[in-house]
Amino acid sequence: MTDVGDIVSRCQSLFDDLHFTYAREWKAAVPGRTVVGYMPFYVPRELIHAAGALPLGVLGGGDQLEVIHGDAYYQSYICRIPRSTVELGVTGRLDFVDGMLFPSICDVIRNLSGMWKIMFPKVRSRYFDVPQNYRNDIGGEFYINELKELRQMLTEMSGREISDAAIRASIALYSENRRLVREVYAFRAREPWKAPSAELYLLMRAGMILAVEEHNRLLVEYLAAAAAEDRPRRDNSRVVVTGAFCEQPPLNLIKSIELAGCYIVDDDFMLVNRWERSDVPVEGDPIQSLALAYLHDSGNTSAKYEPDQKKKGLYLVEAVQRTGAEGVIFAAPSFCDPALLERPMLQSVLAAHGIPYIAFKYAENSGQMQPIREQAGTFADSIKLWSDQ
Amino acid sequence: MSAMRVTEVVKELSMLKQKEMIAGNYERLATARESGRKVVSTFVPGNLNELIMCFDMANNLPEINAIQSGMRKKSGGYIMEAEKRGHSEDVCTYVKTDLGMIAKGNLGPDGRPLPDPDLLLLSYTGCFTFMKWFELLRQQYKCETAMLHVPYEGDGHASKNMRDYVVKQLKQEVIPKLEQVSGVKFDIDRLRQYLKESAKAEQDFVWVLESAKSKPSPIDAYFGGVYYIGPIFTAFRGTADATEYYRLLRQEIEQRLAEKMGPVTPDGEVHQERYRLVVEGPPNWTSFRDFWKMFYDEGAVVVASTYTKVGGVYDLGFRHDPDHPLESLAEYCLGCYTNRNLPSRIDLIEKYVRDYDADGLLINSIKSCNSFSAGQLLVLREIERRTGKPAAFIETDLVDPRYFSPANIKNRIESYLQMIDQKRQTAAPVAMAS
Repeated sequence: MTDVGDIVSRCQSLFDDLHFTYAREWKAAVPGRTVVGYMPFYVPRELIHAAGALPLGVLGGGDQLEVIHGDAYYQSYICRIPRSTVELGVTGRLDFVDGMLFPSICDVIRNLSGMWKIMFPKVRSRYFDVPQNYRNDIGGEFYINELKELRQMLTEMSGREISDAAIRASIALYSENRRLVREVYAFRAREPWKAPSAELYLLMRAGMILAVEEHNRLLVEYLAAAAAEDRPRRDNSRVVVTGAFCEQPPLNLIKSIELAGCYIVDDDFMLVNRWERSDVPVEGDPIQSLALAYLHDSGNTSAKYEPDQKKKGLYLVEAVQRTGAEGVIFAAPSFCDPALLERPMLQSVLAAHGIPYIAFKYAENSGQMQPIREQAGTFADSIKLWSDQ
Repeated sequence: MSAMRVTEVVKELSMLKQKEMIAGNYERLATARESGRKVVSTFVPGNLNELIMCFDMANNLPEINAIQSGMRKKSGGYIMEAEKRGHSEDVCTYVKTDLGMIAKGNLGPDGRPLPDPDLLLLSYTGCFTFMKWFELLRQQYKCETAMLHVPYEGDGHASKNMRDYVVKQLKQEVIPKLEQVSGVKFDIDRLRQYLKESAKAEQDFVWVLESAKSKPSPIDAYFGGVYYIGPIFTAFRGTADATEYYRLLRQEIEQRLAEKMGPVTPDGEVHQERYRLVVEGPPNWTSFRDFWKMFYDEGAVVVASTYTKVGGVYDLGFRHDPDHPLESLAEYCLGCYTNRNLPSRIDLIEKYVRDYDADGLLINSIKSCNSFSAGQLLVLREIERRTGKPAAFIETDLVDPRYFSPANIKNRIESYLQMIDQKRQTAAPVAMAS
């Protein structure tokens, strides 16, 4: 059996590789293969996979990429992910990517879709809209047509028809992927000392790069290997981290939170791999199945409208209750409109439920972790000392 | 030599008309409870004013309230109040001004309290922040809501799918909600009538904007333009008052054109137009007059601006169409400036630079407004590349006085105008040689 160290080491290599060697080699292995990049928070990866293409999560440049060109495109008050993504583009690190999808997460990523069209005219770029109306006959119909347009775009790119059967097969694979991801998250929530969050993070990041079949195998291996590990259990507080669904926190920030005495038992780092909450049906029209799953069985985030005021923010309370968390850490990137505008609303819901929280901001290249450690450490201590739970 | 002629500033009929209209709307809002009129709060881009009027509701626009607070120097305090209550320093200052104002008693510009809305009507057009602002207001008021999701024109055009989606929402979500809250039955012929009125005003409005193609321009299409867009972007589109306002305005501009007069400013008329500029981005409201003065003191006249298109890009030909009322509203919402993708925005600016024979582009980049600001540095490069005209970049904010640095901005503007001079000097011999 592969041990945890080997798995994590492989994931770390994938994470560190800002030239995306795996994806380049995957593409080169068979003539005619294509790669489609996507940004947070959600795209229907099933369609990309069914087109025979590799979906590639583009989540910025992290703290190892020196951004030189990217800064020339953005004012100081705009978050870091678009500038590091532009840097990846203009330095040729994404020159093998045939298509790019920009989901409707915020105005910055939305405008980046247009910038990409101008800066990289040979790449098929598409702003990918999702409905904010959840009625089948309104938002559902709109979304089905958007999915059909995406299907058409992918058909043109790959030069081959995407059959319903191929989409169903891809749905099955991604449902399995999400199921395994949920299992890993549940495992961490049960025994967080056995699945440190930095490890789990790298494992999930690998899923942004690897072919889904390979990632599924890796998740199975990790579950078995991590369960077999004997690791010391610490008297940490259990926290949910929220607000980090787009620009990713530096790995050191995740490590710092845990080193400061907090076990992360849930997070929203990569929503795409847990977006649909249960298996998407493979019977019937697969496009309709994807649309209905989005409307009625998908996760929550601030980029998604909540029509019912009474339900606003309850998903976070539910996450706290499901994972036995004792508090919430709002970790949002600086200048992130969705996370920062949402934050006061979520905080008031938590306050109403007596759930303690703290908040801080970061950038993907934040280097100074001492303030984070101090804040998270104080939070962990305060939970241990004064929490009723 | 100053480009200004100091003349006594006489309020023109159109100005008086608009003042009266705005006062009337705040009166309707202030007396809504006693008059039994229901109140709707909604946003400017993609607003459905004609539809709202079909239900006899008073229209309250939080963005306009924030602008009013900015111009009356109250927004700074409101923003700090909102930040004290946990709102991030990084986010939109319209939102924080509005929330701070509510926290401080929600007094309108006339000093009377604004009523709580009976309905929040969100037309989610061209700005992600609207959705969060709307949810924040909903948390505050706990009133009825209607959400109109307007898809973004990511590929540079509105597809049939987008139009159908908006029309369906209007028919099945928005109109039933307006009926329910107001108790008034929807009458499509009434809507047609308002749309017919809108189209009349839109015709004159476009004429006014395009008068800036003349030399000298009789208007300033940015600083003056923000007054001209007032009625058509807010609670008056579709009213006879708005039609009358634009008729009066057009008459006045026709007169100015005939007399070859420049734009009117708070200090009199610009009698020597030295620079013709296109401006991208919203203005700063807290130091609006000081900001404007930096331009007119130098004889810089804005001949076209993108901000005056946030509530509809009428100069590309769109008119509300009474024969296709709901489709026309959908088309309107989809086509607002910030709902167009970046390449379309650049095409439009390029067209303005050429059609209005501008000397260049000035971008006023707004800290609060990612919808406008993200990508503007690429806009600048592209316009310079395509037109060969110089472009410049300044940074301010909408209503946060902390982000208006007069000395820096004045310095930037002066340097930019010098750059235009230099460009002219180096271009002149080439032109002569050819």
